Amino acid sequence: MASHSSGPTVSVAGKKHRFNVWRGDKEHGELVDYELTLSEGMVVLDAIHAIQATQAPELACRWNCKAGKCGSCSAEINGRPRLMCMTRMDQVIDEGATTVKPMKTFPLIKDLVTDVSFNYRMAKRIPAFAPKPKDERGEWKIYQYEVDRVQEFRKCIECFLCQNTCHVLRDHQEVGFAGPRWLVRAANLEMHPMDQADRIEVIKEDMGIGYCNINKCCTEVCPEGITITDNAIIPLKERVVDRAYDPLMAFWRSVTGTENK
Amino acid sequence: MPSQYETHDYDVLIIGAGGAGMRAAIEAASMGLRTGLVCKSLLGKAHTVMAEGGMAAALGNVEKKDNWQVHFVDTMFGGKFLNQWRMAQLHAQESPDRARELETWGAVFDRTDDGQILQRNFGGHAYPRLAHVGDRTGLEMIRTLQERVVASGRHPHRGEEIKVHMECTIHRLLKKDGQIAGAVGYWRESGRPIVFKAKAVVLATGGLGKCYRITSNSWEGTGDGHALAYFAGAELLDMEFIQFHPTGMVWPPSVRGLLVTEGVRGEGGVLKNNKGERFMFNYIPELYRKQTADTPEEGEKYVKKIPGARRPPELLTRDVVARAITREVKEGRGSPHGGAFLDIATKLPADQIKKKLPSMYHQFMALGNLDITKEPMEVGPTCHYVMGGVRVNADTQESTVPGLFAAGECAGGLHGSNRLGGNSLSDLVVFGRRAGLYAAEFAQKQKDQPGIDDTEVERLVREMFVPFEREKGENAFTITEELQTSMEANVGIARVEHELQQAIADIETLKPRAASVGVTGDCRFNPGWHQALTLDFLLVCSEAIARCALERRESRGGHMRVDHLETLDEFGTFNHIVWRGEDGRMQLRREQMTPVPEDLAALIEEKKKNG
Repeated sequence: MASHSSGPTVSVAGKKHRFNVWRGDKEHGELVDYELTLSEGMVVLDAIHAIQATQAPELACRWNCKAGKCGSCSAEINGRPRLMCMTRMDQVIDEGATTVKPMKTFPLIKDLVTDVSFNYRMAKRIPAFAPKPKDERGEWKIYQYEVDRVQEFRKCIECFLCQNTCHVLRDHQEVGFAGPRWLVRAANLEMHPMDQADRIEVIKEDMGIGYCNINKCCTEVCPEGITITDNAIIPLKERVVDRAYDPLMAFWRSVTGTENK
Repeated sequence: MPSQYETHDYDVLIIGAGGAGMRAAIEAASMGLRTGLVCKSLLGKAHTVMAEGGMAAALGNVEKKDNWQVHFVDTMFGGKFLNQWRMAQLHAQESPDRARELETWGAVFDRTDDGQILQRNFGGHAYPRLAHVGDRTGLEMIRTLQERVVASGRHPHRGEEIKVHMECTIHRLLKKDGQIAGAVGYWRESGRPIVFKAKAVVLATGGLGKCYRITSNSWEGTGDGHALAYFAGAELLDMEFIQFHPTGMVWPPSVRGLLVTEGVRGEGGVLKNNKGERFMFNYIPELYRKQTADTPEEGEKYVKKIPGARRPPELLTRDVVARAITREVKEGRGSPHGGAFLDIATKLPADQIKKKLPSMYHQFMALGNLDITKEPMEVGPTCHYVMGGVRVNADTQESTVPGLFAAGECAGGLHGSNRLGGNSLSDLVVFGRRAGLYAAEFAQKQKDQPGIDDTEVERLVREMFVPFEREKGENAFTITEELQTSMEANVGIARVEHELQQAIADIETLKPRAASVGVTGDCRFNPGWHQALTLDFLLVCSEAIARCALERRESRGGHMRVDHLETLDEFGTFNHIVWRGEDGRMQLRREQMTPVPEDLAALIEEKKKNG
């Protein structure tokens, strides 16, 4: 959780600092140099806004909450995938001029804005939540220990930094791998105590879970600190393996006529 | 002519994809209507994600005595009785079902020991009432609704697939023969115009915090729905009532205004001044005296859920707490950066703080370099919410323009002069559903879409692109900042006649400047242009707030007049209505409220008597 470390406070107030910001579109683009005077507690997104307000009103970037909760302002800051709103200038000031580039995995639209529609198409491919019926009061008894692990997955703010970092998606989008975000989503549904759908086949075939070779880069960049690989992907891989290749489980299913979850 | 533009045809068009918009879309689509959903950002990024504390619903899981009647009375007290009583009633009656419905759709609320939805304390609520997920309840809600939207039209849900138009901004609504007919807007990415034909339109655009400099709102909170309705001839209600949330971050400057959840106080956090005094004990209003603890010891007992103890004064309504902090700072007892100290570190063990308030811990650690398990936070008021909004029918959410509906923050009436924390998330789903339902019914009754006026479409499209012809014109960001500065200084938390007049004068001078603003670059994803097209929304909303505030010569809820500090009975009988006159100028009138029916009035009187 590199972006969470607080470290000692270095006052950046009043310091002049250079920013190299990617400007351009699909056809051509370059890093453009801007200079700003920093203020106390400034984050990279503040700098982008200051450039927008005073030097380049047409500079495109996405943002919303400015508090690390909406996952809109993902970018590559000095080569590291991070949220601009949660990257304090005092954390990067010692690295020289600050380079801000768009996420590399997704097609560029303009400046810092990329086309993330891939993710919205993926979301549609996952079979929806299919709940068990409720009791006569319209309620479920669910205990906290049953939902602790699901709640971890539900912290996801869909910043898509995990997708951006995943080298399968970076280099081999053609294989049809869904990417870590959508495996977290699938894990969320599969491990929900009230869900009764079976997504194992989808996870194996449509989402291509086998392509993940557990490098854990996604976990490292997650600004919400979700243990993507260990808690979501590996358990799903185990379920896929149990289903597809475990002869004992296959025998059990043939005897009982059940699908185990 | 329309073939020249990309045109979409829907039964129901919903503008805004936060909690209310998505809930409305789900309802309309489930009824089999062709439903379009438009949002300025990507789906799932709306400001609802910022809601932290929870969703108020009298489920009675934690306190069996809770029921809709108590919730209704709390809401009316919180709004200082200016609420539309019927909305407050429907909201209290229906929110438990909406909470359980979210659970059925996959939301995972925190649990009680016996496996029910857990509820927490919040200001102004008599019992622990807020269903929540740590301090990220809004994210949970938006994700649940988003997943339902994505699954629409697919197994296991019946109905139509909701068509989502992301990163699309609406510029104006279209009418035909006095009735709503659609909307004109542009794609943010390409800058291309887009025309919607619709039989019914639901506005669910959220708030207008960006009229102010210090706000918890994102760039999206620019009052689009309020202004779109106003331009379309609808009426706005009680626009003077702005909620300044008492606890925004005050340091460092880059995050000034960012929300610190009321959940901190709900979990036992206390407010102190620079002398170490728990000053809220000095600010208990008469109306709440009987329900509030006299001593810190009693307050502690309440937080620990010991029966018989009354709530600590930190859990008074937001208007009261915000004013108290402002006063402490003004009188020299503020924190180093002009706020108050909010202390949870000495009240809860570190692991509990991290479990119950994880995003607050994270937010202060990452942005303020402060460990809230060890040190107190510095907090101060921040523009958070607008109680005023589009005037709607309480049951159907239809505005005064036929076929135009509004729900959520952009609709007025539920919260009166001050909203209770937690009543917003429940508002979104209760009235989002109702708006979707009644918009769908309205659309079903129309034989055909009323058609759109091609010359009007042409005029509006031209209007959107005019700023590109003035490359040397003024920068839209500069004008925005001047407006925000004036609103902050003159129409903020403490208001006075001559400052309100100053704000109105400032707005008048900014209007012609906004109309001659210029834009550089082309129309592809151009924030300068987007901002230019937002200016008239901000100006309309600011003017409505300032004009209503000037007319209300009393203090009530979110509106405080330094020159009229008392709450006056004569001002408690009407609402302010604002609309666009024939000459294009803003008009204002008083409208008598419908009296609360006897049975509900009796509940209110009983609480006034017994606390």
